[in-house]
Amino acid sequence: MKYVFLFCGTPADQAAFDTLTPEQLKERYAEVGRWFAQNQARLGHGNQLQGPDTATTVRFQPDGKPIVRDGLFLEGKEIVGGYTEVDVANLDEALAMAKSWPGRGTIEVRPVIQQR
Amino acid sequence: MRSGRSSSNADAVLAEVVRDEAGRVTAALIRRFGDFDLAEECSQDALVAALESWPRDGIPDRPGAWLLTVASRRALNQLARDKQYRQKVGELAREVRPEEEDDRLRLILTCCHPALSREAQVGLTLRAVCGFTTAEIARAFLAPEATVAQRLVRAKHKIASAGIPYRIPSGSELNERLAEVLAVLYLLFNEGHLSTRGSSSFQRDLAEDAAWLAALLSRLLPDEPEVLGLLALMKLHLARGESRFNESGDMVLLADQDRARWNHALIAEAIALIERAAAFGRPGPYQLEAAIAACHAEAPNLEATDWHQVVVLYDMLLALAPSPVVKLNRAIAVWKIEGPVAALHDLEDIAPKLDGYHLFHATRGELLSELGRREQAHAEQLRALDLTNNAAERSLLRRRLFT
Repeated sequence: MKYVFLFCGTPADQAAFDTLTPEQLKERYAEVGRWFAQNQARLGHGNQLQGPDTATTVRFQPDGKPIVRDGLFLEGKEIVGGYTEVDVANLDEALAMAKSWPGRGTIEVRPVIQQR
Repeated sequence: MRSGRSSSNADAVLAEVVRDEAGRVTAALIRRFGDFDLAEECSQDALVAALESWPRDGIPDRPGAWLLTVASRRALNQLARDKQYRQKVGELAREVRPEEEDDRLRLILTCCHPALSREAQVGLTLRAVCGFTTAEIARAFLAPEATVAQRLVRAKHKIASAGIPYRIPSGSELNERLAEVLAVLYLLFNEGHLSTRGSSSFQRDLAEDAAWLAALLSRLLPDEPEVLGLLALMKLHLARGESRFNESGDMVLLADQDRARWNHALIAEAIALIERAAAFGRPGPYQLEAAIAACHAEAPNLEATDWHQVVVLYDMLLALAPSPVVKLNRAIAVWKIEGPVAALHDLEDIAPKLDGYHLFHATRGELLSELGRREQAHAEQLRALDLTNNAAERSLLRRRLFT
C-alpha cells in the first residue's frame, strides 16, 4: 500500500529546533540522513518545503471562481514542512516507520487512493 | 434482549451462546474471505437472523456451525453480486470451520487498533467479538442507533482504505497494542459498572461482557500479567457490585457495605489471578489496582484494612503512572493511618488539577467535616453535587448534605 507522510510542526517544535546547539543540529541531520538511508527501498518521491511565509493559496469560491491569497490553507498552528511517499505492506509498517522518524514534530500518515 | 435484568433465563442462555460464537464466526469469515467489512457485516446478519429464529425454533445443537453457514451463504451471495470478487469465490469451495483455530485475538487486536477512535474500537469490539447488535450498542451507550451504525461503517471503511492489517504483532509492539485493548475493555467495564448517564446506574451486562472479554484474552495470552491483573480487578469490582446499591437504588459507601453480601468465591478467584500475575515479576498498573482492590476485599471491615499496604501499592502505582486521581486515593489511605490533617495536606498539591472532579470535593468535604469545619465542608459537598450527573452519586451526596 502507498501512503504519504506529511511532516508537520508547530511553532513550539520550531522553537525547540532553533535552540539546538550546532553539535546537536549536526547529530539531528545525521539521524535524519540515516532514517532516509535505512528506509530508502520503501520511500518514493518526497521533498522538504520552504517556510509558511512563502505559501500562496488558490481557493475556489462556490461559483467556481478561484481567489489567490497569501498564506497557508490551514489557519491552525500546525504547518506542513515536507512530505514523502511510502510504499509498505500495511498501516502497521507505515506507523512503525513514522514512529522511528528522528526529526520530531508530528507526522500525518495518509493512504493514497490505489489506481486499479 | 441482553440488556434487561428482567430478561428470562432462556434469553440469558441465548445471549451467552451468541457471545461465545459471534467472535469465532467473524474471525473464521475474515480468515476465509480476507475482508473485514464483509465478514463483520455477514456475521452480524447471521446473528440478527438467529435472534429472530432461535427463540421461536430453539437453539440448534451446533449454534456456531448454524451461524457460520448462514453468514457464509450471505457472504457468498454478496460476493457473487460483486464482479470484483468473482475470483475469490473460487477459493470458497473449501468448507469454513470455526473450530480449527481460535482467531479471536487477531480480531480483538484489529478492532482495538490505535488508528481507530476509541468509540469505534468499543463499537467494533462489541459487535464483532461479543456479538452485540447495533441496536444493543446504541442502548448500552444511550446513543441513537443511526449514529452508532454510521460510526461502525466509518470505522470499517478506515480499516479497509487505510490498510489496517489483520495480524498479531510481536515484542514491544504487542505490548503497546495490548495496552490499547486493555484500555478499551476497562472503559467498557466502567461504562457498565457505573454509568454516568441515565437513571439506571447499574448496567450489569456491559460490565460482565467486559469481564468475559478479559477472561477470553487471558486464555489467548496466558503469559501477559496485565491481562490477568485487569481480569482480577474486574472480578473484585463485580464481587462487590450487588452491595454497592441498596433496595431503593441508593449508593452505599465502602464503609457501610454489608461485606457478607460480597461474592467471596469471586474474590478468591481474583486473588489467585493476582498471585499468578505476580509470579511473572512484571508489575503493571492493572495488577497494582487489583492488588489494592484485593486489600479492601480481604478486610473483614473497613478498620481492619491493611492501609499501610494500600499506601505502598499506591506509591508503586504512582511510580509507574503518575496521576492526580491516584494521589487522591492515596490521600484517603493516609487519612486512615495518620488522620484528616495529613490527608488534607496531601490534597493541597492536587487541588488545581482536580478542581472539576466531584470525588475530590466530596473527599475534602468529609475531611473538613471530621475536623469540625462545617461551613467549609458544606461548601465542598455542594461543589461535589454540582459536578456529578450520576443519579446514585447525587443522591448519596445529597443525603450527606442534608442529614
